[in-house]
This record gives sequence, structure tokens and C-alpha cells, in this order.
Amino acid sequence: MAEIVLDKVSKRYPDGALAVSEADITIADGEFIILVGPSGCGKSTMLNMIAGLEDISAGELRIDGERVNEKAPKDRDIAMVFQSYALYPHMSVRENMAFPLRLAKVDDATVRRKVDEAARILDLTQHLDRKPANLSGGQRQRVAMGRAIVRNPKAFLMDEPLSNLDAKLRVQMRTSVSKLQKQLATTTVYVTHDQTEAMTLGDRVVVLRSGKVQQIGSPQFLYDNPANLFVAGFIGSPSMNFLPGTLGEGELMTALGPVTLSDRVRRLVEAAGAPREVIAGIRPEHFEDVALMDADHAARSGSTFTATVDVLESMGSDKYAYFTVEGETAASAELDELAADSGTADTGATPGSQLVTRLSVTSHAREGEPLDVWFDADKVQVFDPSTGRNLTYAG
Amino acid sequence: MSHVLDRPSTKPVLSEGKRAERRLGWLLCAPAAIVMLAVTAWPIIYSVWLSLQRYDLRFPDDRQFVGLANYAAVLSNGYWWTAFGVTTVITVVSVVIELVLGMLLALAMHRTLVGRGLVRTVTLIPYGIVTVVAAFSWFYAWNSDTGYLAALFGAEAPLTQRIPSLLIIILAEVWKTTPFMALLLMAGLALVPDDLLRAASMDGANAWQRFTRVMLPVMKPAILVALLFRTLDAFRIFDNIFILTKGANDTSSVSMQTYNNLIRGLNLGIGSTMSVLIFVAVAIIAFVFVKLFGASAPGNDPGGKR
Repeated sequence: MAEIVLDKVSKRYPDGALAVSEADITIADGEFIILVGPSGCGKSTMLNMIAGLEDISAGELRIDGERVNEKAPKDRDIAMVFQSYALYPHMSVRENMAFPLRLAKVDDATVRRKVDEAARILDLTQHLDRKPANLSGGQRQRVAMGRAIVRNPKAFLMDEPLSNLDAKLRVQMRTSVSKLQKQLATTTVYVTHDQTEAMTLGDRVVVLRSGKVQQIGSPQFLYDNPANLFVAGFIGSPSMNFLPGTLGEGELMTALGPVTLSDRVRRLVEAAGAPREVIAGIRPEHFEDVALMDADHAARSGSTFTATVDVLESMGSDKYAYFTVEGETAASAELDELAADSGTADTGATPGSQLVTRLSVTSHAREGEPLDVWFDADKVQVFDPSTGRNLTYAG
Repeated sequence: MSHVLDRPSTKPVLSEGKRAERRLGWLLCAPAAIVMLAVTAWPIIYSVWLSLQRYDLRFPDDRQFVGLANYAAVLSNGYWWTAFGVTTVITVVSVVIELVLGMLLALAMHRTLVGRGLVRTVTLIPYGIVTVVAAFSWFYAWNSDTGYLAALFGAEAPLTQRIPSLLIIILAEVWKTTPFMALLLMAGLALVPDDLLRAASMDGANAWQRFTRVMLPVMKPAILVALLFRTLDAFRIFDNIFILTKGANDTSSVSMQTYNNLIRGLNLGIGSTMSVLIFVAVAIIAFVFVKLFGASAPGNDPGGKR
């Protein structure tokens, strides 16, 4: 149990590359915190620095108020779960889990008791005498977890522990990791590139981009109030729609037509001193089929446009309707990076930008036919294209 | 009823195509098998045959089948056992030193970040030099007239005394074959994933514990292969002794003795007996190592103790 504080921690490699830049994070005792970001954002480097596997170039790392920059990994009393699991191939499951205790010179009876207990929690009891090579991916993952929990460390570090599992098992393990963490109430730092894992697991999420902390907050807060374009685009699936827009007198002009901003949004934008050219962001669920709404309410609270449905995906609970919006696409460094990370940059080819909307399942939208769509003017987020800052940020 | 029961017991009959394929397989293997028989099996069989005869080229007319008499003569002879002891000592000592030095070298090469290619090449130079040439350079370094090393250490004609001679032979062996050991061990080191060592340091292992408890067990197969190669090689040591001492002062190895009897003494019977005995010794060493492999499926010990 421990509080972990990163105080302006930086990592600069000998070749000059800056992997982590002045990260300031305070991880409370017992908290489950997620470091998330696209590959190469420095999240694993940050984890390795907490672990002691990589040196800290500048700044201070404190565990329980004590500076540990110079301490070797073994003296930090932290356990780590690796992406590759890193199980010792020459030891049985029992020996693997007992290894940290053996090194700590714990007596045999205690080792046996603790290993048996961990095995019971992780449902590994019948596999204790097998070798890692004879286990399935999910079982290996659990052994790796077991090796971490047997010695009650101050904190767990997990480096994409679920990314080598298949999709179904990953969802299953996600819930068990979450349950286990609640049960043990041990401070946990979890690295992932999967925003779904980040949203579902963590008490708080740290979004990283090229070594810089973008935003720290609870998953819901990050979703509702992203600090900038990058966080807005990274968190949420399907991701937020971005459209170039022009701000006028209490009005936002986009390819979807003019929108009268709600008072709340207008005040925020004015207070932020917004430029004229902006990027408007609207989440898919803030759209609705006009036919399903009270016409009066629709007119008062938002704006309506008509477009042809390109593709309609019925998910059973919702319908996803895809539209093509004419005109230029929203452009910014953050959005380019997000596109590059998700691999959508190369698919290109469609002129205009794609709009994803989530409609009620009762909608009568049909592919290839025009549809009147409403969106919520109060939920529109406005970003500065040059800095990526969220001008409607209410945090 | 009975003919119904008979059915399953009949052998599965191979189809025409399968049988042709099997015949082709044998035909394709045949050339290699024949060459193997000609160059390996025949010389072995022939020397076993020679070892069962009294056959001295100086007295060709006395050729006679004597059964195991040659074996009795060799195995009851003090010279043979001295040579056997010398060979064993050289083998054990040099292989142990090579293992330790080779492991250090392999670790150094594995860790080297700059000029890795250069470091490896430099390390391999001794192994690239012809053994006889290297042996001569050791000989001149230690002999009484030109020996700069002998002068340096104030040793007087060390190659004329038994223990110093053996030490110099071992030194020459170690100098020459440590690079080979290092190369094999480095291949083994590459088998140890970095994550495993990182996990071990997270689990609380210091550098020595990481080495002994994770690195060594994981690379054990590579170590055993390296040891097997080197032990077999070292047991047949000949060139270094031939150049450095010519077997004087009881420094002969079993190969030296065999050479003396077979080529210098022209005694085909005794010489062949000795070479068969060396063959048997080498086979026993190989067998022990292979059995060791089988018995050493990593981590057979229960309860996490070692």
C-alpha cells in the first residue's frame, strides 16, 4: 500500500530523444490508475521508471513520501506483470509464484500458504505443478498475476497485461483484474493502448501523447470534458466527430449548417477567447433521428440537418448511421497523430469527412436514403485548431 | 461371425502409391547411407578387427588372431593409465576454465553496445589460428633459449618438467578454444529473454541471483552442448602436446600414446586397441552427457526449492 508521486519526472535517452517530459502525477494509496496513449507515447517508459528498470533523467519519484530514484527495483517493493508474462520456463507454476518469496528468504510453510492462497484466488490450484509451457494464454496471465500478488507489494505495475489474449478472454480477464484490484486494494499502475480498457478499469486515467501528460481524470470526466483535441479523439469508441467551423455571434457555422450555441457553451467559448476558425466536436450519441423527437424540443435544443445515410449498422441496441459531410476535413497535428495511430490515415480516399451517429434502434433510417438528423447544441465541443485546446472545457 | 471379427485384425494394406513413395524414400536416402557406412562404419569395424590381432609391421609374418589379448596388454600397462590420467586432468581442468572464461566473455560480448562486431572478431582470433602454429608460438614462448614468457616468470626450462608442462599445455588449450566456448554460450544467452531478467529483478533478485537462478537454468541446454563439444575435443588432445613436449616427462595423452604405438612403433594391433579404447571413452562421455540432457528437463524439483 503506498502513494506514488511523480514529480516533474523526465526521461531523456542518450541519443537525445525525450521519452517522458516533466510528468506530474500523484497516485493515491489503493488507486487503480491507467496510463494510456498511442504507441511511442512514453507510457511504458514511465512504468519502467516507476519500477526502477529505467533511470530517471530528471525529477523525483517518491513512494510513500520517500525518494526512490536511486533505489534498485528489488528495494522498491513493487511487483510487475509483463506483457509477455515473463514466466520462468524452468520452474513450475508453484515455483514461479514462490520465486519472489524464496528470494525474500520467507520460510517454507509461509511460502506454501501464500502460494496456495494466491492460487485459490486466481483459480490455479489444479495447475500448480505444471510448467508454463503447458498452460494456456489465460492461465499464464494468471500465473504472472499470482507471482505479483504473493508477496503483498506496495504497488502493482502492469504493462499491457491483457494484450496477448484473444478478444473474448481479454474482456473476461478485464473484469477479474478489476475485481482483484478492488479486493486487494493495492495501488496499481496499468499501462495500455486500448482506450476501452482504460475507460472500464481505472479509477483515474492518464492520457499521454509523445511523452507529455495530456489530461488526468476519471474516465467519465475525460469523456465529457476532454482537455484537448487529442484526448477528445482518443477517448470514446466510435470516436468523436470533428468538423471545421466558424464562430459567429452566438452561432457556430459548420458543414452541418448553423448551430445556435447554448448559453453554457457560448459563455465558455467567450471566456476562453476563441478564434474565429475552430474545430467542432460532437460525439456520436449526441445525434438523433428527428422523426423520433418532439419537433418543438428539437428546434429549441439543437440543430437539424438532412443527409444521405451511407452505411447503417444495426447493433441490436443502437443503430450506427454513417454520413459523408461535404467540405474540408478538420485538420490539426493531434488529429493527424490519432489517425496515424489507429491506421485510418492510409485508408483515406473518401472526399469530405465521415460522420458517425448513434441513433435509437427505433429509427427508420435506411441506407442510401436521406434522413433528417438532429444534434444537441449543448453537447458541441469547440477546439482551437492551432493549439488543440478545448475552448468549452468546463473542468 | 468369425470372419466379421477377423476383419479388424488384418494389417492395414498400403496403397500402391504409398508403397512407391516409401521405396523412393529409401532410394533417396541410399547414397548418403552408403557414404556414411564407407567413411565411418568401415574404419571403425576395421580398427576393431585389427585390435583383435597381433600385428606388428616390423614382424609382419607374426600376424595372428589373439582375441582380447591386446586389450589385456594395454589395460594392464602403466603407460596407458598415466596417459589416461594426464588426458583426464587436462580435459577436466581446461574445460572448467574454458567454461568460466567463456561465460565471462560471452556476457561481455552480449552486453557490449559499441563495436560489437569488432569485439566478437577480436575474440575469435585465437580460434582462427591453426593449432600447430599457435602451439609453436607457445613453445617458443616457454622454451629455454627464446622463451620470453619463461624469462618473464623466471622459470627455467618449464617444458622439461612435468607439472609446468601440463600447465602450459592447458594454457595453450584454454587460450585456443575459449572463444569457441564463448561463441556457443553467447548463442545460449540470446535464448534468455530480457523480460525474464527484468521480471527477476522486480521479484527481488540481485545480479548474482538473476544469473544463477534464471539465466543459467534457461540456457542450460546451450551450456551442456558447449560442454559436450569441448569435452570430446579436449579428450582427444594431440597437436598441442605433440608440439610442446612430444609427450616427454609423462605428459602424453591417450592420443599421443596411440600415435606412438601405431605410427612410430608400427604396431597396428596395439595402436588399434588404443584407438578403440579412445573411441569407447568418447562414446561413454557422449552417453553421459546425453543422459544428463534427458535427466535435466529443467526444474524437475518440486516445491520451488533448488
